Amino acid sequence: MAVLSYLEAIRETLRQEMRRDSRIIIYGEDVGVRGGVFRVTEGLQKEFGEERVIDSPLAEAAIVGTAIGAAINGLRPVPEIQFADFIFPAMNQIIQEAARIRYRSNGAFHVPIVIRAPFGGGVHGALYHSQSVEAFFAHVPGLKVVIPATPYDAKGLLAAAIEDEDPVLYFEHKAAYRSLKGEVPEERYLIPIGKADVKKTGRDVSIITYGLMVSYALKAAEELEKENISCEVLDLRSVRPLDVEAILTSAKKTGKVLIVHEDNLTGGIGGEVSALIAEHALFYLDAPIVRLAGPDVPAMPYSPPLEHAFMVSPEKIRDKARELAQF
Amino acid sequence: MAIETVTMPQLGESVTEGTIGQWLKQVGDAVEKYESLLEVMTDKVNAEVPSPVSGTVHKILVEPGTTVPIGTPICEIAVEGAELEAPAAVPPEAPGASATQEPPSSAAAPQGMAEGRGRYSPAVRRLAQEHGIDPAQIAGTGAGGRVTRKDIEAAIHGKAQEAPTTVAPAAPSGAGPVGAAPATAIAAVPSAPAVIEDGDTVEPLTPVRKVIAERMVRSKATVPHAWIMIEVDVSGLVALRDQIKDEFKAREGVSLTYLPFMMRAVVEALRAVPQMNAQWNGDSVVMKKRINLGMAAATDRGLVVPVIKDADQKNIVGLAKATQDLVQRARTGRLTMDDLSGGTFTVDNTGAVGTILTYPVINAPEVGIVTMESVVKRPVVVDNMIAVRSMVNVCLSFDHRVVDGADAGKFLQVIKKQLESIGPHTSIY
Repeated sequence: MAVLSYLEAIRETLRQEMRRDSRIIIYGEDVGVRGGVFRVTEGLQKEFGEERVIDSPLAEAAIVGTAIGAAINGLRPVPEIQFADFIFPAMNQIIQEAARIRYRSNGAFHVPIVIRAPFGGGVHGALYHSQSVEAFFAHVPGLKVVIPATPYDAKGLLAAAIEDEDPVLYFEHKAAYRSLKGEVPEERYLIPIGKADVKKTGRDVSIITYGLMVSYALKAAEELEKENISCEVLDLRSVRPLDVEAILTSAKKTGKVLIVHEDNLTGGIGGEVSALIAEHALFYLDAPIVRLAGPDVPAMPYSPPLEHAFMVSPEKIRDKARELAQF
Repeated sequence: MAIETVTMPQLGESVTEGTIGQWLKQVGDAVEKYESLLEVMTDKVNAEVPSPVSGTVHKILVEPGTTVPIGTPICEIAVEGAELEAPAAVPPEAPGASATQEPPSSAAAPQGMAEGRGRYSPAVRRLAQEHGIDPAQIAGTGAGGRVTRKDIEAAIHGKAQEAPTTVAPAAPSGAGPVGAAPATAIAAVPSAPAVIEDGDTVEPLTPVRKVIAERMVRSKATVPHAWIMIEVDVSGLVALRDQIKDEFKAREGVSLTYLPFMMRAVVEALRAVPQMNAQWNGDSVVMKKRINLGMAAATDRGLVVPVIKDADQKNIVGLAKATQDLVQRARTGRLTMDDLSGGTFTVDNTGAVGTILTYPVINAPEVGIVTMESVVKRPVVVDNMIAVRSMVNVCLSFDHRVVDGADAGKFLQVIKKQLESIGPHTSIY
């Protein structure tokens, strides 16, 4: 089995899917000739041609809007938003149109698109290249939001997203692109959307997280093992829909829950996960539910020390988890 | 160097934490064994805590105003003769020494510590209830001694292991040995929820209110109350009091009320019916040797019941002074834990609020509580003639598990006889 980076896993999945299904097109800023600013789509235009890998204007609303039209008319577009920070001009298309067409048309039309977007900070990207935007979309019925944490999951979730008959947002953490490597099978496989994955079992504290933070949480858990503190790491994989069963199972098992995300605290995924646990697992809780998240400040700072302070790190997760274990 | 660590004492069986009121000794001060070291406030009393050893205050670990669980180190005392480091450099008698002492260390008492004991997570409460375990009996390993879910799971595991060797649990309705069971039985019945409408205000419970509520519910839910009343002609007592009260006040410095006479009568009645001076103990009855009379006292913060110890060894003057002292200290919040514990029977001077009939709630595990209602003039039949007499009703609630009606009636008859035997010329000394 080949060891691929997170980025390579996404590229090879796109290649495999495009070979499998000629309806799939890629559309976005610099995705063609340049192969994407992060080189995720490198070589794809050469293989599949300008008609399937299309360089778009700098107009996110148009990218998503035309993708919606193409999807309704039978294609399987996989548009890329160059940075998740730039997705806001397309929000009207995503929320008002893509998410609601199936409902509005009583099932006559549907929008099988996968919107890929790199997100997240810690890469010295500052305000416009560091944001986490998943919570905005997780609020919207009609959308699915997946955030893979490993190269293996990146492949299985992307294939499942492309297979899905409705719009899926697929967020890729920039810091994960080249830092995360793992074995990825060559054959096609699907990871069901809405299923969380226990990345590590444990007894004392449940760390519930997603995306890049999963690898940070695993690092923290490994360190805490030396202190005889056993952490369970639950990777949500999808932040909409949430795997309620997996969340409750882990919360009931340990009675102590730490929810981690890089996105800022207020109104984040952590609030929803926390509410589910409070509603359905109160009598198993042995400690207050704890959230560790980015601070509620308007943007990722450019200054390296401030950026470091902003980002959730393995050390911060370790310290919070230890505190909770000792509560 | 020998350093004795002073910990937050347990100021009563249901008290789990205390707040440092003020330090009566500062770093560098010499302190004698049993000399007051600090004031501690709990939800029930303010108490002065004596020093456990003689020595010099070496380090103060908890600042005034901080609440810490019992057992938390609060101060270090260097025992006499031991060599001292830094603080000893300041001679205790140096002028202004106490003013120039370094402030108490603020490093002690981490924030979370204050919440450790006595607060249970939902998981702990549920498991405790399901398995009939009193979490207060479990040693907590969490922050600040908190009982964690793992602690209680371990206790359940331990209980399950020893189960085969113990007797099968009694039927829930049976009179099983007292322990955790009654407490959980109470918790199992939720109160009817209040209806909150626009304009209503919700007042949070004060600590005293919480304690009162818990005790009242426990008493009414676990003690089968029975109630009887008797009327007593106290015309002679009224005449006696009217005659000597001014002189008494001048000589003794306290007012003479009817309450000490009532207490004397209750003491006699308790001697005549010793089952009333007892405590229910599940499968047995504890007959109390001492006669310690609790007296219900209303304060701004709520009801408290200070106790007159060995009331049977006091005469009218002694009882008058003791009641006055306790009432005054109750109203100023200066009762000690000792004042509030050890009662064997309770007297409630309900007449002070003008009632003529009361159904008092027993202060469990005591067996009875008796009230003295208002003394009122009423026409009554004496020797086949209608006369105006000073009458008082005496009401008794008693635990029918321990005492039957006949003995309870005898108890009231003794009180009646005692009070009615008092005349204008009875000596109070």
